Amino acid sequence: MSDDHPEERQRVGESEPEQESQAQRSAQSSEEQDSAQQEEEEAAAAAPGAGPAGEPIRIVTRAERKRMNRRELLKLVPVLAVGAFAIPKFRQALLDEGLHFSDWASGEFFGRRRLAQTFSNSEVVPFERFPYNFYDVVDPGVDLEKWTLTVQGLVQRPGEYKLEQIQALPKIVQNTRHVCVEGWDVIGNFGGARASDFLRLIGADTSARFLEATCADGYYESIDMETMLHPQTLFCYEMYGKPLDRGHGAPLRLQMPTKIGYKQAKYLDTIRVSNVLQHDMRGYWEDQGYSWYGGL
Amino acid sequence: MATNVAIKPAETTAAITVSYEHPWIVRLAHWLNAVALVVMIGSGLRIFRAFPSFGPKTPQQDLVDIPRQLTIGGWLGGALQWHFTFMWIFVGSGLMYVIYQLATGHWRQVLFTPSDIKGVWPMARHYFLFGPKPAVDAAYNPLQKLAYTSTIFFGVASTLTGMVLYKPVQFWWLAWLMGGFHFARIWHFAAMCGFVAFIPGHLVMVALHGWNNFYSMVTGWKRDPEYLG
Repeated sequence: MSDDHPEERQRVGESEPEQESQAQRSAQSSEEQDSAQQEEEEAAAAAPGAGPAGEPIRIVTRAERKRMNRRELLKLVPVLAVGAFAIPKFRQALLDEGLHFSDWASGEFFGRRRLAQTFSNSEVVPFERFPYNFYDVVDPGVDLEKWTLTVQGLVQRPGEYKLEQIQALPKIVQNTRHVCVEGWDVIGNFGGARASDFLRLIGADTSARFLEATCADGYYESIDMETMLHPQTLFCYEMYGKPLDRGHGAPLRLQMPTKIGYKQAKYLDTIRVSNVLQHDMRGYWEDQGYSWYGGL
Repeated sequence: MATNVAIKPAETTAAITVSYEHPWIVRLAHWLNAVALVVMIGSGLRIFRAFPSFGPKTPQQDLVDIPRQLTIGGWLGGALQWHFTFMWIFVGSGLMYVIYQLATGHWRQVLFTPSDIKGVWPMARHYFLFGPKPAVDAAYNPLQKLAYTSTIFFGVASTLTGMVLYKPVQFWWLAWLMGGFHFARIWHFAAMCGFVAFIPGHLVMVALHGWNNFYSMVTGWKRDPEYLG
């Protein structure tokens, strides 16, 4: 109570927080310091000095304190901006922006050509422990005898391609890490043709932006061209030295060690080189809110 | 009544002692980071829920079942959106604070150093076992320094481990320093546990030290600073 109605008549006005270091300097300079800071105060009395950490101490009236507090409160306005996330109407749009920004930064600031780590055979997880991950059915029942890959879009030689034509390209075998968005990862052995070799075979316009893939199980994906041209990106037809089994995407899947798991489309049916992505054709999971870029 | 009338005008001239304890950059960083930290933990737990294990996928052995109610995002994809949005605010506000502290030299007030070790126990005994209050002649006591320095450590640790989890191909060397990709995920979780340990202690201390102390982190000005009384 006594603090609320003291006898003291010392009045010191607002001080600018930015000038805190001035106050630290010394007590004897507090008078000139105050006069420098005063806009409205006529009779500035000596301030009590500084606290243990050198912070300025003032004796002020209630009205002044209120004004000082209000001024300082305004500087926290950016926190309110974050509060926009609490408004249901804005929330999803803001989160979409945030994810979009992260995707943009991912593509912009990292070496898209950087090679993923490769591993020795002893580090490869046994085939039996390589998980089968699928979104609908583990085996969509592809007729492996009649299967062809349909090639469309910005290519010089569209049409149907047999697995043998892909297998005739130089074979790459690599031990790389498969990282799932869920949080697990597994080092596997993958064999296949370099995607860039196949894109050359079909005469793809590699200045185009995307490769879209649709799968026998209805899954679909789209990949940036730079990743498709990455030397470790494979059209994969082998795992652990054997033809892909049905659960892992027979007869052909994407294998990109620089991308997260859900981008590694299995049971490939059609690929299309394009410059425009339909909004609801960016990828099965991406269209539900996962990162499109998905770069590791 | 006459006395009331006399007091009325005095209210505008009544003297209140205030000290400017927290510069606006520190306060802004604190509150942005506080919001971001809650979101990062909540969404992080939702992400962890998708695979609550540090072992292999096959066979999968779940460690815990984190209650849905403690998480943010609703599903894995939603949680990732929160995580990948607020990571910028979390890291940005953290950097803002650290750079400010370094630039102004204020870090010396708050950095826990070996000479503070001996002061931790007396302070903890005072707070938790009703021991005598040790004399404190610095801005922060040794226990505070330990707590605040730890949060910076947790922040740096969660950021670096998060970078490895987000971009393991790009930051393979960082993963290697941490003992590999698997360990990055374990350290990331451990750093979160550090924050979870800090927050209740911090909130209890804030509650114990009252409104004026809390309000100084809002406006910077602390009314009736205790070191004058």
